[in-house]
Amino acid sequence: MKLKQALLAGAAVVLAAGGASAQISGDVVKIGVLNDQSSLYADITGQGSVAAARLAVEDFGGTVNGKKIEIIFADHQNKPDVGSNIARQWMDRDGVDVIVDVPTSSVALALAPLIKEKNKVFVNSGAATSDLTGKACQPTTVHWTYDTIALSKGTGGAVVKAGGDTWFFLTSDYAFGHALERDTSNVVTASGGKILGQVRHPLNTSDFSSFLLQAQASKAKIIGLANAGGDTINSIKQASEFGIVAGGQKLAGLLVFVNDIHALGLQTAQGLQLTSAFYWDQNDETRAFAKRFEAVMKKKPSMIQAGVYGGVTHYLKAVKEANTDEGDKVVAQMKKMPINDFMTKNGSVREDGRVNRQMYLFEVKKPGESKGPWDYYKLVRAIPGEEAFRPLKDGGCSFVKG
Amino acid sequence: MDRGTRITFLAMVALLVAAPYVLYPVFLMKVLCFALFACAFNLLVGYVGLLSFGHAAFFGSAGYVTAYTVKMWGLPPELGILLGAVTGAALGLVIGWLAIRRQGIYFAMITLALSQIVFFYAVQAPWTGGEDGIQSVPRGHLFGVVDLQRPLGMYYTVLALFLAGFLLVYRIIHSPFGQVLKAIRENEPRTVSLGYETDRYKLLAFVLSAMLAGVAGGTKSLVFQLASLTDVQWQMSGEVVLMTLVGGLGTIFGPVVGAAVIVTMQNYLAEFGSWVTIIQGFIFVVCVLTFRRGIVGEIMGRFGPKGAAPTGGGH
Repeated sequence: MKLKQALLAGAAVVLAAGGASAQISGDVVKIGVLNDQSSLYADITGQGSVAAARLAVEDFGGTVNGKKIEIIFADHQNKPDVGSNIARQWMDRDGVDVIVDVPTSSVALALAPLIKEKNKVFVNSGAATSDLTGKACQPTTVHWTYDTIALSKGTGGAVVKAGGDTWFFLTSDYAFGHALERDTSNVVTASGGKILGQVRHPLNTSDFSSFLLQAQASKAKIIGLANAGGDTINSIKQASEFGIVAGGQKLAGLLVFVNDIHALGLQTAQGLQLTSAFYWDQNDETRAFAKRFEAVMKKKPSMIQAGVYGGVTHYLKAVKEANTDEGDKVVAQMKKMPINDFMTKNGSVREDGRVNRQMYLFEVKKPGESKGPWDYYKLVRAIPGEEAFRPLKDGGCSFVKG
Repeated sequence: MDRGTRITFLAMVALLVAAPYVLYPVFLMKVLCFALFACAFNLLVGYVGLLSFGHAAFFGSAGYVTAYTVKMWGLPPELGILLGAVTGAALGLVIGWLAIRRQGIYFAMITLALSQIVFFYAVQAPWTGGEDGIQSVPRGHLFGVVDLQRPLGMYYTVLALFLAGFLLVYRIIHSPFGQVLKAIRENEPRTVSLGYETDRYKLLAFVLSAMLAGVAGGTKSLVFQLASLTDVQWQMSGEVVLMTLVGGLGTIFGPVVGAAVIVTMQNYLAEFGSWVTIIQGFIFVVCVLTFRRGIVGEIMGRFGPKGAAPTGGGH
């Protein structure tokens, strides 16, 4: 027994000495998953993102350079002040090294400068705003999965190419909706399409009838939905009741998730075109991930949840490589390494923090084409990253040279 | 101040000075901002008997003005907060002038309606940043000397502001002016018959309350380096009512205790997400059913000198 104890003590000393030379603060790498756990984005982020992060840590082996990896999570209630309060506590007091996910643009924009100030890392998968790598860019931010530019370019450009050259917008009347409408209009016009008009609806509208009738009367081939969440679901539902899709007009959702389609059902959502960074049924690797995810969450992963897995993995690789958890150094390392996982092939983190990846334009299947639950999308076109995202020089990011 | 109040006040100051060495400063600053906000609100509801349901308008718009002027115009923090206070007061003048013409539920509804207009403006106006709010507001240096980037520098600034506001409220309600306010609360027609122009008193009290709410809102936007829609939303008006009621309506320390209780709950129960609102509602119900005078009101009623408990709780 004595010998064993002595050996153990010796081993502990060696480990402790090893720990002292490494530069990982608090001898633990702490990942904070901050997202919506209870409200409208809980389905596409929420516990699913926490589960995705856990899978990533599990696949990484649970430790990085001998240090334990821990995951904590919290609900920011989609409020920037709640989010920044939690993030501050995490970084000041709880030793969190990286904050991941963070849907809701306002919360993400509030957190980015804060995380930079504390020299931690921000791997954002959930938020849409392209400002995160534009005028609000920070050297410690990595915007992983998608952004408004990619959505508008993907859906806007590709739909025009596919023949949908006249557009009418149904726009949510606040900054996010306006930005999405503006960006998409630019893309549509640049690709040779025409904007026939737009109508603005208040946030959280339950009755879209008058707006949809205007859209129908415009005779536009495509009705662009520049809204999100419940508004998108309601407008798609009511468009179906008005027989808009059956009448030959097509809906183009600018921010639609596979979970929204699951909630809507194919009968209602059929024919909808949308841009996504990931769909679970793309190839063997995505199916394998979806299967593991489903075992925990009882549903398929959204692109945001899949992105959390990729982002956490890439972060941990960078920590391992750079052997530090200091924010600026880790992100610099992340920018050096190519990204290759089940959803991202030969991706990279650009200088402004934007992840350059392939995006996909999907169309929602007709009920007859679907083989079962969650079999919803067919691929229309893959969009290379260079085409999908804003060119580096146009973002107005302060630290991008040239 | 009588002896009991003075001892309690000194104990509170001592506690607050020592607190950041034990508790997390940002959390404490949040408590202090809301405590000041609740004190301002209590001045109106507890001592004049006017239940405003639109105080978020003053709190939130002051936050926006402070955040905007400090970030975009590069003003020092003290001027930013001052402008926030001016905004609160000016808005209070307009909303108060319209609202004091009615009493009771109508007064509450008018303040709610007008504050919703302010909310709508905040959503739509380009300079407020819509639902993104105004982010990364620099804290700067107070009077060019105190570095507010340091947690303790910011904390003691907030503490000083809170104490100044608290003492101002105390001074107001113990002045002859305050006596008239209480007279209005107890019996307005009688106060009129005594020769007081009650509308003027009510309006002035409304403006003072709005101004202090503005100080609290402006300070909060510096603490969090953020001004957002949360602070102008009607839920915020409801939250301040809750804080004041839980702490003790019409008591000088009540709003402070109420703010501490509610903010602590929001902070430590945050993991329950939207359940926090339900828990808050539950506590509110318990409070109304079992201790109507609020925490402080109840303590004063039990242990304080006779007649020390406020009568306002019976409304």
